[in-house]
Amino acid sequence: MRKLWITLTYVVFILLLIIPLVEIVRGSWSEGWSGFTEGLLRQQSLHALKMTALIVVIVTVLNTLFGVMLALYLVRAKWIGPRIKRLLNSLVDLPFAVSPVIGGLMIVLILGPSTVIGTFFEASGFKIVYALPGMVLATLFVTFPLMVREVLPVLQEIGAQQEEAASTLGAYSWYTFWQVTWPSIRWGVIYGVVLTVARSLGEFGAVLVVSGNIMNKTQTATTLVYQDVENFNVVAANGVALVLAAFSVGLLLLMEWAKKRKEVH
Amino acid sequence: MNAMFRNKWWSFGFRSTVMLYFIILIIIPIFGIYTQSLSLGWQPFWESVSDPLAWKAVLLTVRLAVIATIINIFLGTMIGWVLIRYKFPGKRFLNSLVDLPFALPTAVAGLMILLLLGPRSFVGGLATKLGFDIVFHEPAIIIAMVFVTFPFVIRAVQPLLEELDRSEEEAAYTMGASKALTFFRIILPSMVPGIISGAMLAFSRGIAEFGAVVLVAGNIPGKTLIASVYIFGEIESDNPQGAAAVSVILLTLSFVILWTVNLIQSRRPGQ
Repeated sequence: MRKLWITLTYVVFILLLIIPLVEIVRGSWSEGWSGFTEGLLRQQSLHALKMTALIVVIVTVLNTLFGVMLALYLVRAKWIGPRIKRLLNSLVDLPFAVSPVIGGLMIVLILGPSTVIGTFFEASGFKIVYALPGMVLATLFVTFPLMVREVLPVLQEIGAQQEEAASTLGAYSWYTFWQVTWPSIRWGVIYGVVLTVARSLGEFGAVLVVSGNIMNKTQTATTLVYQDVENFNVVAANGVALVLAAFSVGLLLLMEWAKKRKEVH
Repeated sequence: MNAMFRNKWWSFGFRSTVMLYFIILIIIPIFGIYTQSLSLGWQPFWESVSDPLAWKAVLLTVRLAVIATIINIFLGTMIGWVLIRYKFPGKRFLNSLVDLPFALPTAVAGLMILLLLGPRSFVGGLATKLGFDIVFHEPAIIIAMVFVTFPFVIRAVQPLLEELDRSEEEAAYTMGASKALTFFRIILPSMVPGIISGAMLAFSRGIAEFGAVVLVAGNIPGKTLIASVYIFGEIESDNPQGAAAVSVILLTLSFVILWTVNLIQSRRPGQ
């Protein structure tokens, strides 16, 4: 029985995960090195990868800062009642339940060119939808819970005792944070960063709706892959897809490493 | 007391900024979609929802997501069990590979399925010869959903198996129970909460999936057009109210699932 179950597990992994990964690598080399570089070094590919990198950086920085602060408030703040805390706590998960396409639709509905806010910003020369700000907003929405969900349980677990001790001894609060709180949440935050990077790198549905997928302007790596496939240009799509897949495998290794450190501390 | 900054104004500023960020980013958009779907009143809302193509898309999505979830319940329970209970070469490697579908962009996942099972591939050619289609038909959508939701059940079952008290199991063996009986009477019941919450998360992710599905589904209205792709189509054809109406149905379904999972999980430690 034992052998049967282990073999079955291997079969599932090979069929579902390993063969597809190998296929992406093989597919991008199907026309040799030149086919691969041609697909990857097209102007729109380079631009798309640049857009993706830009979004990943902005989103990760913002959501790390706000995620850690929100987690701190939701666990420690005395100025929020326990009922409201519980309500806010359950609202944090909402983006997990929202289809990415719907996430994008929300932003178009509120900030699109036909709405009040949209026209206001457009009149002052600041485009949100079908431009970078909207794409960043969409990705922020989708990745919002990841950091909070990593940091919050750690904060709950360590309790406030050490921090209180540090504060009564007269330590400055900012100092308390770095010396007392940060060392214990550090690996949770790093894990959250890796998750946020992975999710924002791969975000597709929300960005597709908000960006309008304009080549060389608002196209990201994932929406470029989509467009290439729709245009039956699979070989060119493979090059960009391989870069994305390589990044996610790298992130997966980072995740594994951060998880191990998180358990130790 | 844990004021990040002693200064009253600083801390007030921080509080307001973080809360505003939360409200503007998460809460307002979700209210926005509900109000928008009813922006023209009940009549147009009902018309958008009762459009046969719309409800066919929603029904198809739910049906395929249920199938994908059932597949994942079996795969996930088995793999979670094997990865916790057995020692074998490559175990750690497989365990870290579980999260691959979370890390991989969904559009890339769709492309992979297309490459592997598409009409020009070996499997695709074989299937065509045998007289059934995979890509651009329902099987491909199910495969895409299974791939994307693969980690949920495994990751929900594993901690429960790790916590499981071995003594009950051993007691069952010493009293002469067979392995199968022990599994179904002792081990499986303690895995059930994990299986349920993992399956519900997988299902809600399945009905929301877009990236992997849109590339492999063919998107024929009424046949292989799932709800999220239908919503995308409505947005593209400049009908935001119709898109919002169908979104509201999907969202409400997902919220109910999410809160049920939260309830199950918050009850667990109190058992």
